Amino acid sequence: MTYYAYIVAVFVLLTGVFGIVRSRNLIHTVVCLSVAQSGTYVLLLAVGYQRGVSPPVFGSPPVKPSTSVTDPLVQALTLTDIVVSATVTALLLAIAVQVHKRHGTVDPNELVALEG
Amino acid sequence: MTRTVRFVMFAVAGGAVAAMLLLGVLDLPHFGSSLHPYRDAAVPAAVAHATSNVISSVNFDLRGLDTLGEETIFLTSVIGVAALLRPAEDEDERTPPRGGRLLDMTRLFGYVFLPVTLAIGFITVAHGALTPGGGFQGGVVLGTGIHLLYVAGSYHAIEKVRPVEVLEYGESIGAAAFACFGIAGALVAASFLGNILPLGTFGELFSSGSVLYLSCAVGVEVASGVIVLLAQFLHQAIEVESDVEAANA
Repeated sequence: MTYYAYIVAVFVLLTGVFGIVRSRNLIHTVVCLSVAQSGTYVLLLAVGYQRGVSPPVFGSPPVKPSTSVTDPLVQALTLTDIVVSATVTALLLAIAVQVHKRHGTVDPNELVALEG
Repeated sequence: MTRTVRFVMFAVAGGAVAAMLLLGVLDLPHFGSSLHPYRDAAVPAAVAHATSNVISSVNFDLRGLDTLGEETIFLTSVIGVAALLRPAEDEDERTPPRGGRLLDMTRLFGYVFLPVTLAIGFITVAHGALTPGGGFQGGVVLGTGIHLLYVAGSYHAIEKVRPVEVLEYGESIGAAAFACFGIAGALVAASFLGNILPLGTFGELFSSGSVLYLSCAVGVEVASGVIVLLAQFLHQAIEVESDVEAANA
């Protein structure tokens, strides 16, 4: 059990990549990339977790600050990760729209040649 | 490359990646252990700056430079989407159709939750230094929440309340405000994005120095950016008519 969460992270990452490999639709490819990236959220949060402690937010009115909280640094990194994932997804979906317009298909197998 | 070749390549490469990741994971501290050196450094630093939400302190104070990069990525991607989705020469814009069927319950819930969602968005941004939340989370709630007007009302309704031209400036102003805070910190506190404002009392709304204001700047940027981003996709889906569609019509 001591490595269970890390193994879940690796599994989610590889599942996402496998989805990209067998994808027949660019929208599906973009969603699979998001799934793969979700593996990194699981890994980051698992690294920062500690059993039986509170979250690193002391609130208002504040509870007495102590260092027996989960790791705030990896949680901040996860936030950055989610923002980057959302922006990349938006950009890739816009590219998928353009590919559909220019080539009339969203199947990556039918996009054989690059066009300038 | 055929699909079979691709699957074989994935099996080899994926297997290698899985093996290396699992080997690496086995050397990590056990899941749920009490060994967190960064936590031990970050929590006292956040408390010293009167910030209740240590995650916001990391994002906007201790590692504010990373967040500047992060919001630049966001700004760039919105510009990229706007550039990619601008109507091409061979496309016609059509007037969006009016009407359409809508369940009464959808309309009721939409209009009830529109003000509630916007209020939650503002609270999340403003209390970013105290409770879970901050500029990014609240900005996304605000930017998507306003689209309840589209879900419950109509495309014409959302077009009226969403001045995309103004919001494009809002996005840049939010990003610029963040950078200005950074330069002010460099001039006054001799470190870029240094916390130069009065720190206040731990746990009160106006505590944590510049974290609150940086959170608000990011909130403005993200809310404007999300609305501009969704406006591009909605415009593309509803108002742009390509040659293919025109031929089929």
